[in-house]
Amino acid sequence: MYPELGQFALILALLLAVLLSVVPLVGSVTGRDTLQAYARPLSAGLFVFIAIAFGILTHAFVTDDFSVAYVANNSNSMLPWYYKFSAVWGGHEGSLLLWILMLAGWTLAVAIFSRRLPSVMIAQVLSVMGIVCVGFLLFIIMTSNPFERMLPNVPADGADLNPLLQDFGLIIHPPMLYMGYVGFSVAFAFAIAALINGRLDAAWARWSRPWTTVAWAFLSLGIALGSWWAYYELGWGGWWFWDPVENASLLPWLSGTALMHSLAVTEKRGVFKSWTVLLAIVTFSLSLLGTFLVRSGVLTSVHAFASDPERGTFLLALLAITIVSSLALYAFRAPVVHVRARYGSLSREIFLLLNNVLLVAATLLVMVGTLYPLVLDYLDMGRLSIGEPFFNLTFSPLALAAGLLLGAGIFSRWKKTDGGWLGRKLLWPLAISVVATAAVMVTYGAFKPWAFAGCFVAIWVTVATFWDLWDKSSSRKGRLQGLKRQSRSYYGMVLGHLGLAITMAGATVASNYGIERDVRMVPGDTAIVGDYQVLFTDIGERRGQNFTAQYGSFDVSLDGQYVATLHPEKRQYQVQRNVMTEAAIDAGLFRDVFVAIGERITDDAWAIRIQYKPLVRWLWLGALFMAAGGFLAIADRRYRIRERASDRQGVESGRRGDVAEAMS
Amino acid sequence: MHPTRKKRLTIVLFLLAGIAIAVGLTTYALRQNINLFYDPSQIAAGDAPQDVRIRAGGMVEEGSVQRDPESLKVEFRVTDFNSSVLVEYTGILPDLFAEGQGVVAMGRLNGNGRFVADQVLAKHDENYMPPEVAEALEKASAGAHKAGDSTGSESAY
Repeated sequence: MYPELGQFALILALLLAVLLSVVPLVGSVTGRDTLQAYARPLSAGLFVFIAIAFGILTHAFVTDDFSVAYVANNSNSMLPWYYKFSAVWGGHEGSLLLWILMLAGWTLAVAIFSRRLPSVMIAQVLSVMGIVCVGFLLFIIMTSNPFERMLPNVPADGADLNPLLQDFGLIIHPPMLYMGYVGFSVAFAFAIAALINGRLDAAWARWSRPWTTVAWAFLSLGIALGSWWAYYELGWGGWWFWDPVENASLLPWLSGTALMHSLAVTEKRGVFKSWTVLLAIVTFSLSLLGTFLVRSGVLTSVHAFASDPERGTFLLALLAITIVSSLALYAFRAPVVHVRARYGSLSREIFLLLNNVLLVAATLLVMVGTLYPLVLDYLDMGRLSIGEPFFNLTFSPLALAAGLLLGAGIFSRWKKTDGGWLGRKLLWPLAISVVATAAVMVTYGAFKPWAFAGCFVAIWVTVATFWDLWDKSSSRKGRLQGLKRQSRSYYGMVLGHLGLAITMAGATVASNYGIERDVRMVPGDTAIVGDYQVLFTDIGERRGQNFTAQYGSFDVSLDGQYVATLHPEKRQYQVQRNVMTEAAIDAGLFRDVFVAIGERITDDAWAIRIQYKPLVRWLWLGALFMAAGGFLAIADRRYRIRERASDRQGVESGRRGDVAEAMS
Repeated sequence: MHPTRKKRLTIVLFLLAGIAIAVGLTTYALRQNINLFYDPSQIAAGDAPQDVRIRAGGMVEEGSVQRDPESLKVEFRVTDFNSSVLVEYTGILPDLFAEGQGVVAMGRLNGNGRFVADQVLAKHDENYMPPEVAEALEKASAGAHKAGDSTGSESAY
């Protein structure tokens, strides 16, 4: 009974989405306020029905309704309750439903939190979101119905959730990632709406800025969670593999980062407008590309559940329609107005432009590395893979260059910066960074060029950020007063840049100074990694709720001092008969000690992997900083105050922007 | 020159230089890091280059896994049911590595026709088969059927 209601809810949601994508848009074009006013209630209705469908699917999982094919394929009665809950998005159909739920959620959020926007704008933005929703609702209803029944042959029990996905990281990783992916649809909708009514101005940039920032913050968290999960669950201690699925999430993050920065220029200075619009379109298209890569089954890896060509074609069509129609609109409507705002060849505008160039180059690079093998394979020109060295070799210089420019860019001024002044300003931070980096090299006991470069850039960004904070917070009323006077969006930027520095430091040190050893051990043996001794004390058996495990015990000590006891496991899951390695990690702010059990070599000898990973936690800590920075930035008061001001002037502000530009 | 044009020219030059560097780096890095895939038949026929990092894949032959009890060294044969290649690997094999399962190995062919792997990838779940392996097996089994060889029927995948 319930599953049919779920399907019914999806169909009703589709009807509402169709209405949402037509009625307010027609209202905005014909200037009829009554039609525009339908946008908000329709968005709310859309969200309610999708939430009902999602709730019903969750109910089917929690109550073990194996008559539903999707539940039977992805759950089992022995599964712990929290995994039954997360199994809702453990497969293709459910994760697509989650995607749509997020989209409807963002649509509703725009409807609720944009009360101060002109009604024409809000009608068009919500209509565009409605169109995207129609595409994905059609996709799920036509090709990936999560409520399909297996009647009358209802299986006695389910096929179980893939053991890899039975993990805390996988409960929260997809929702965060999708929040980010789908969140860029808001920036996209704002860009399309601005193109439709030809209002590409500072007000438009200010409206789309907080939405872009918050989507970016969620995506940062999502990517970091995925990397963290891969580290302890999948990768035998690796944290980034340049796997196509990982790249699929990195692509919108890179172009989203570029978008965030160019939006700042467009808001503050009214330049780079066409570029910003293009980036908004590209970023959302890359989100769709990511969805296509992961959901269509063109890649065959852990994340690719589906391998139904019908689905792939549908998604590819959606992607093509989005790109072609939005680029066509862009070609016709992108501002032809000559930008009159002046900026010197050394100015904050130029630094941010270079930031964008580097980020877009990095995006292209990752895209080439990801798509090239797929395209060749599709054209039957051979099977090849592009290895990690390609990405490391090309991505690292771009990241380093971006970091170097970032440190200098922090001190630069809008419009014009004096070269000599900037040079003198940078002298001390540079000197401090060089000395600090040398100290780090001494601490880790070896000079490596890449490690030096990476650490230098991380320290350089940190020093420049704090230096600037110190400069800005000097006040006659005292330092504390000066610090209080800075805006939340400024602190958001500080946190974001510090986060980048922390992640860079973590990536550099963990990959350059980490130690990885695979050894043959029998109980009683000791292995040495760095300054740590790892004693293999015992191995036994343990039973979990739905698995049995070989359960090892290792004592870790540092120079003879006891540190921790670790219990890595080798699990055999009862339903799918899969073997899974559960690593044991002694985590710390400055280093991790990682032990994992490999295969049994003889009766008592085992292959054991032991790793010492310095600063590996910083990778994810940095992402937390970045996300926190994003959330802090959108809490800035000026969004509320200025929106009220721009609301009063209403439609006028478009012309006002041009005038301001002409005057500056 | 007009200052605006000059500025625009600087920006365009910057962009071009950036693109040139990016393209140069990319092609250089691509040339260094592309790993071509070869199946056991191609390796047996001598089509695969020696001492170049390549990928090889197929099924792990039943009963071929030989483990050195004193170290992490392991040897096994990878087959497409036409030909097979001996793979040598030192390290920990993935959880899902087993005889009769599909694998992809990364490494180099040495002079003796041995494949020295530095990385072995196994399928992720019961239903997953590395796409290259599936294709190689299909090709081999089609060839075997043509030759009227009964061993081809084993590869009903």
